[in-house]
Amino acid sequence: MTLENIKSEVEAKVPGCALEIVANPSPSGQHSLRIDPAHAVAIAAFMRDAEHLRFDYCSNVTGIDWPGKEISEKVKVKKLVDGVEQEVEEVRKSQTVGHLEVVYHLYSMEKKHGPVILRMRTEDRAEKVHLPSLTSVWQSADFQEREIFDLYGVVFDGHPDLRRILMWDGFKDHPMRKDYVEPDDYEYEPTAHDEVLERARQHRTVMGAQ
Amino acid sequence: MIAATEPIRILPKSRADGGEGQFLEVSMGPQHPSTHGVFRMDVVLDGERIVKLKPVFGYLHRNHEKIAEHETYLGSMPYTDRLDYFCSLTNNWAYALAVEKLAGIQVPERAEYIRIITAELTRFQNHAALIGFLTQDMGASGTPLMYAFRERETILDLFESLTGARMMCNYMRFGGCRVDLPAGWLDHAKKFVATLPRFLDEFERLLASNEILMARTQGVGVLSKELAVNAGVTGPVLRASGVNYDVRKVDKYGIYDRFAFKIPMGEHGDTYDRYMVRLLEMRESLNILNQALKDIPEGPIVDPKTRIRGFKPKPGEAYGRIEAPKGELGFYLVSDGTSNPYRYRVRPPSLMNLTVLEQLCIGRNVADVVVILGSIDIVMGEVDR
Amino acid sequence: MDEQLKTELRKQGIVATTLQELYNWGRKNSLWPLNFGLACCAIEMIAASMARYDMARFGAEVFRPSPRQADLMIVAGTVTKKMAPQVVRLYNQMAEPKYVISMGACAISGGPFKQGYNVLKGIDRYIPVDVYIPGCPPRPEALIDALMALQKLIDHQPLTGADRPRHLRADAPSEFIVPGFGAHDLEPSQNPEVWNAPLVNISLAGTDDAGKH
Repeated sequence: MTLENIKSEVEAKVPGCALEIVANPSPSGQHSLRIDPAHAVAIAAFMRDAEHLRFDYCSNVTGIDWPGKEISEKVKVKKLVDGVEQEVEEVRKSQTVGHLEVVYHLYSMEKKHGPVILRMRTEDRAEKVHLPSLTSVWQSADFQEREIFDLYGVVFDGHPDLRRILMWDGFKDHPMRKDYVEPDDYEYEPTAHDEVLERARQHRTVMGAQ
Repeated sequence: MIAATEPIRILPKSRADGGEGQFLEVSMGPQHPSTHGVFRMDVVLDGERIVKLKPVFGYLHRNHEKIAEHETYLGSMPYTDRLDYFCSLTNNWAYALAVEKLAGIQVPERAEYIRIITAELTRFQNHAALIGFLTQDMGASGTPLMYAFRERETILDLFESLTGARMMCNYMRFGGCRVDLPAGWLDHAKKFVATLPRFLDEFERLLASNEILMARTQGVGVLSKELAVNAGVTGPVLRASGVNYDVRKVDKYGIYDRFAFKIPMGEHGDTYDRYMVRLLEMRESLNILNQALKDIPEGPIVDPKTRIRGFKPKPGEAYGRIEAPKGELGFYLVSDGTSNPYRYRVRPPSLMNLTVLEQLCIGRNVADVVVILGSIDIVMGEVDR
Repeated sequence: MDEQLKTELRKQGIVATTLQELYNWGRKNSLWPLNFGLACCAIEMIAASMARYDMARFGAEVFRPSPRQADLMIVAGTVTKKMAPQVVRLYNQMAEPKYVISMGACAISGGPFKQGYNVLKGIDRYIPVDVYIPGCPPRPEALIDALMALQKLIDHQPLTGADRPRHLRADAPSEFIVPGFGAHDLEPSQNPEVWNAPLVNISLAGTDDAGKH
């Protein structure tokens, strides 16, 4: 049973869904399937219940943050230089939006096979961070989705109890995001070096040199 | 016992709840003599009976995953010791296994044997200590725990002479182990393992048919097969519910396929079965230990081709898992080709096993909650990371 | 009283002592720790109370579940920001005289988890600490050593005079502010009454001049 078979079978059984195989170049060879959020619950339920798939056990649910990258490309533009039209090379910088990704590792306890890896993406990292919750299919996703909500800020629609799980309720940030700025408690660093030394120096400048 | 801002609240009963009186909302923990670490439960009580129970985590959230993103691959190895601080060697193995999958590293035979010996010793001392704590939760103040810790100390001595540390061993390396067995270690271990069946007999005679233990555990906290699978419960808790799933048999990681051992399974899925499965698993661990200590070959303990410094796996991802004493411990790593992992995630068995805590406790008395929690076997370092 | 005379009298079966000695002797030999563990170090604390190390020999085996009955708080493990208010509250609930042992690298400074966003960089930012034990985790012997250090400290506490300990001074505080959960961090992030950042010459650290003298 290869990933291609699973893909074609799911596409045949769940109308309207589009899957995409994401190749994994590492020696582990664990390739994954990207599913579209709109059909996620139907796909998950099918994979759990289908007679020969029976992925009844969702082992691991993970978030990954992919912040937007700055892409610079060289474009040739026509410009008036000293009154003469010339072709000039210009560097244009654009910012990609970036996204948050959620990864599910599925195994089958009945058939003893796996893993099959499902991935979903949000549209961006600020506003459109909603994804469907798969807790209704696998209860094991409950705490792990709460954790992703807490640390990455992905909002799982349909989750029965979506609250912060590790940080306190009044906490505002999502600390596992790559652009998270941690609180400045670098007052005292006896053996500061590298990054820490830089942070400690910054603290001193902010608080006024002591 | 109570340390929340609003420790006790009285909630009015609605007519739908039936009967008269009120519900009582109590916060158990995070400092509680019987809970295993800093764990809190918001419990709603109808008299003595549990109506609702919501676990609250995060009191030991040490940001392991965030710190690992700033460390090199090897730099995270000592942090894995501190996940489930009873079982540092199995944690090491799970992480090493994930990295070996990510980078395609082979492990020499002798190292595989050492890994299995240390892992099974770890499983033994974890289960022994757990049974001690479980009986302590039932009010057997100290005695079984003292028996368990007596054996645990001897196992820790073995670990110390091998790795230099009692608890935080930091022993496995990608493609093998850090140091070879010291002279005489194998003989010492063989002699010690030979004494363990006697300890197990004693431990079993002490407790297994004890009337109080049976009254407090049989039929308490019954976990059905279907719920256990759906909720991602793993390890002895899953097998006590009668599901035959052990990663050692399913994935055959390391060289577990060379050893003859059985997977003990429960029938009822209650607390007594969870206790009994662990007791039987300890006997199977001894089986594996005897075979491994007999067959261990000479040879290198680390693949000479692996690079410790400047280790940069190719971009990609890998999920590696092992059967830790508490259940399936997995590491999910995403590499972007640099020396630090882009994403480092621990799949903690303790946290997943807690998913069913509320379902196990509803309808039981307050005193049962502590026993059920004890039988699930959690360690907060792993739950909160 | 003259030490020699005291020994001589003792040989005759007469015990001469001062109230201070008697009072401190009693206190130091019945330190009841709070039954309270945070992380890995707590396991070594349990090991210290088990048969091999046997803390009972030092009169400190009676782990009390209630802070009202405890004399000694062993902060055993990483104090996270989510847990810090509870630790301070437990300390406040203990009756004077009370002592704190900060066990392990995490409780001292955050230890290996120092860079974590949810890790408090040392419990001494909120409550006064009497004995620090380094190690990750410290061995049970180290905990017993700390206990003996604390016993010595108690033994030398005068009952009167300017140097008398906190619990004998009416003006000294026995409770400290409990930090609250803020939007990004604890508020306040440290208690200046208890802790001030030690002065270190940070401008030198990390440059080529550092460590050359």
